[in-house]
Parts: sequence; C-alpha cells; structure tokens
Amino acid sequence: MPVTIKVKSLKKSFGPIHAVRGVSFDVNHGEVLGFLGPNGAGKSTTMKMITGFLEPTSGTVEVNGYDVLENPIAVKRSVGYLPEGAPAYGEMTVRSFLNFIADIRQLTGSTRQKRIDEVVDIINIKHVIDQSIETLSKGFKRRVGIAQAILHDPSVLILDEPTDGLDPNQKHEVRNLIKEMSEDKAIIISTHILEEVGAVCSRAIIIASGELLFDGTPTELIKKSDRSDIDHAFRIITTSETNENRETAAP
Amino acid sequence: MSPLYSIYKREFTSYFVTPVAYVFIVIFLFLTGIFAFYIGAFFETNQADLEPFFRFHPWLYLFLIPAISMRLWSDERKSGTIELLMTLPVSITDAVIGKYLAAWSFTAVALALTFPMWITVNYLGSPDNTVILASYIGSLIMAGGFLAIGSCISAVTKSQVIAFVISVVICFMFILSGFPMVLDIFQSWAPQAVLDAIASFSFLTHFTSIKKGVIDIRDVIYFSALIIFWLYVNVVIIEAKKAS
Repeated sequence: MPVTIKVKSLKKSFGPIHAVRGVSFDVNHGEVLGFLGPNGAGKSTTMKMITGFLEPTSGTVEVNGYDVLENPIAVKRSVGYLPEGAPAYGEMTVRSFLNFIADIRQLTGSTRQKRIDEVVDIINIKHVIDQSIETLSKGFKRRVGIAQAILHDPSVLILDEPTDGLDPNQKHEVRNLIKEMSEDKAIIISTHILEEVGAVCSRAIIIASGELLFDGTPTELIKKSDRSDIDHAFRIITTSETNENRETAAP
Repeated sequence: MSPLYSIYKREFTSYFVTPVAYVFIVIFLFLTGIFAFYIGAFFETNQADLEPFFRFHPWLYLFLIPAISMRLWSDERKSGTIELLMTLPVSITDAVIGKYLAAWSFTAVALALTFPMWITVNYLGSPDNTVILASYIGSLIMAGGFLAIGSCISAVTKSQVIAFVISVVICFMFILSGFPMVLDIFQSWAPQAVLDAIASFSFLTHFTSIKKGVIDIRDVIYFSALIIFWLYVNVVIIEAKKAS
C-alpha cells in the first residue's frame, strides 16, 4: 500500500509549553487511523500541523509526496479537513457555503453541481440547504463541516472529532460514511469515544502529553488489557509513565 | 475561478445577507446629507459644486470605515473560521486582498448611492462634473486608505469592539498628523525632518486638493503606498497570529 501521509519527529511548542514532542507515524492509502488521547494531549495540534494551519517547531509532514512547509497549497488541495468544532460562516446558507467551498476548490463545469448534489445527498442535509448555518443544530453544523471536507473528493481526509455532539443515529451514519470512503482514501479521525476505534478504524494511535504511546491495530490495543477491554487498555497506556507531565501539555 | 475572487465574492455577498450593509448605507447617506446641507452650508454658499459634501468625508470615514473593517479578521479569528480558511488552498495574501477588496467595493457602493447629491447640484446649477468625478475617485481612494488600516487592526484582536476603537484612534492620528495635537507629541525630541515626514502623512493635506477635483499623482502614490504597507502588515500579522 502506498504511504500517503508521512509524519516525522513532529514537534510543536507554544512558548514554554511542549504540545507535541516528536511524533512520527505513516498513514497508508485505504487506512482509517484513529487518533486517541486525553484532552490536551496534542491530537488537534498534530492535525493542525498536518493540514498546514500550524507550522511545526521541528519535524516534517509529507502528504502525497508534498512537504507541507515547502508546498502548502498542493497539500491543502489534496486534503479535506474538518477542524475541531466544525467552524463555518454562520450567516451563509448551507447552499452558498458549499458553493463557496466549490469555488475555492476550483470545481467547475458539470461535475461541480453534480458533486454538490451528491455530497448533500450522502450527508443528508437536503432539507436544510437553504437555511443559514447559524440556525442549524450542532449535529447539522457538524454534517455541513463534513460535507465541506469531502466536497472535492480528497485523497486525504482529516476529521477532528467528527462525531462529537451527534446523537447515536447520526454517529452511526457518520461512521458508516467514513467506512465507505476509506477504500480510496487515507483518513485520520480523532475521537474520545473508544468504541469508535473498533467500529471504524483499521489502526489506532494513542497520544498523551504530546508523545506517541501506542501504534497498532484495534485488536492489538485491546490485547494490552488483561480484561480484553479497550477502555481499560487506554487507561493502562495513558496513565502509566506520563502521569507527572500531563498537566503541562495542554496548549 | 481564482481563490482571490472566490474570497472576494463570498465576503462581498456576506455584507448583504445581514442587516449590517443596509444599516451602514442608510446611516452613511443620512450623515453625508446632514453634513453637506447643515454644516457645509451647501445652499448658502451659492456655488454649484460639491465641495461642502466632500469636505466632511474624512470625518465620516473616521467612524464609518472602522465599522466596516472591524469584523474582517477579528470575526474569522473569534468564530474559528480562520482555521477553515487557512486550510483551504488559498494563500494568506490572496485572502487578505480578497477580503479587503470586498470591503472596498462595499464602500464604493455606499459612495455611489450618494448620487442624488450630484443630481441636486446639476439641477440647481451647472457644476464642473469632471471635478465632481475626480472628487468621487479621490474620496474612494482615501476610503481605501482607512480600510487598509482597519483591516490590519482587525487582524490583531478577536474583539470587534477593540478593533473598532484602535482603528478609529489610528485613523484619527493619520487625519490630524499635520496638526499640533499630533505634532506636539514629537516636537520636543524628534528632528525637524521627522516632523515634516509625519506632517506629510496627514490624510487631510492629501485630501485638500482631491476635494477640489485635482487628482495629484503624489496623493495617489501616497494612498497607494499606505494601502500596500498596511495590507502587508496585515498578512504578517495573520501569519503570526492565526492560531493564537
């Protein structure tokens, strides 16, 4: 499988605070990588560096062979990104917002409207399409954020807490969607919900205090616990050696 | 469609989906009228020109332009959409220029809607319409100067109110930099050359010939340099502070 995302000894400091301390991993085409970790562990910061929003203090990120610092626009073209909290222009309607994304992603001609209709259909936001985004519920806002991220059918998809704030049915839909898309993409999702890892991810990474503590399949993660319990495994990994510097890691 | 134009289009239409645009335009038209007729004594001067109308533009812009520019970047930072914008395939320079041009076009719309003034003066007498046209262009260029300052300042803070207040203060200094209240600050310690340089920054000085209908190339260069400088600083600030 070709490697799509290459992260090498990535570090990020905000003044004296070390948010990410030398994280390395690869993501292959066809993989869904689950990003786990306590709050303030450096998950979002790592994602922000991969998408080119934050500049790493040191280390490199390569997406489809492009270095994110040397060729940020090429990286941003091939990445679809749902930032934490799914920010969107509240005063716009869903339709005009997606049209704006289509403009800026340079979708043109007949494929453009077809793709917008397709995404609206997949994400199930047809009946709110002429509503302004600020009037939508949290779940719909999140869906609009996902729609925006997949609109240009990117080869790399990075979703920061895609199921946060969704009800159980919506969570189920989003997970199915991620699984369906995973075949021809490299996907990274971050989540607090450990059952999600087993449900959608082909690989899991645990980050705590900015350090990578585990990298393996969900099955291997469960094996870390003598009780075959993923929550227990997570606790074992994240509360052992790094307890003393956890508090200093939050940006 | 180029990324710059996409940003421009989004920003420009966003003015008109909220009441902000309409409130702004109505107040702008109302105030330009009040100033021209009452304080500028448009009728009493008995002259067929729009000098009493253009004379007060710097003072109107002082408060109205920061009201347009304050949300340009502070709102993006506060609502987190800056993260979305900066991870789309668009350079910071394109984003800054696109948003700036949208705000400037909006100002142009407001300014163009003062056309009843022009009709009035043509109805009452026979003014030199080239002078009026030149004054309009000059006024728009000056508005661009105010906007560039406001856009840059709005990148510094997440609070629109703070952006507004700081922009007004800086614009005020630029309007009055040829006058004692600004020059006195520098008088005691700065050499004469610096004082002259500061005095030459005054918007009022540069607008004096413009409002008489003379577009001096030096004034145009002054405002262009000012706009480029503040937009450049704007880009630098966004680069440094986008994530904080």
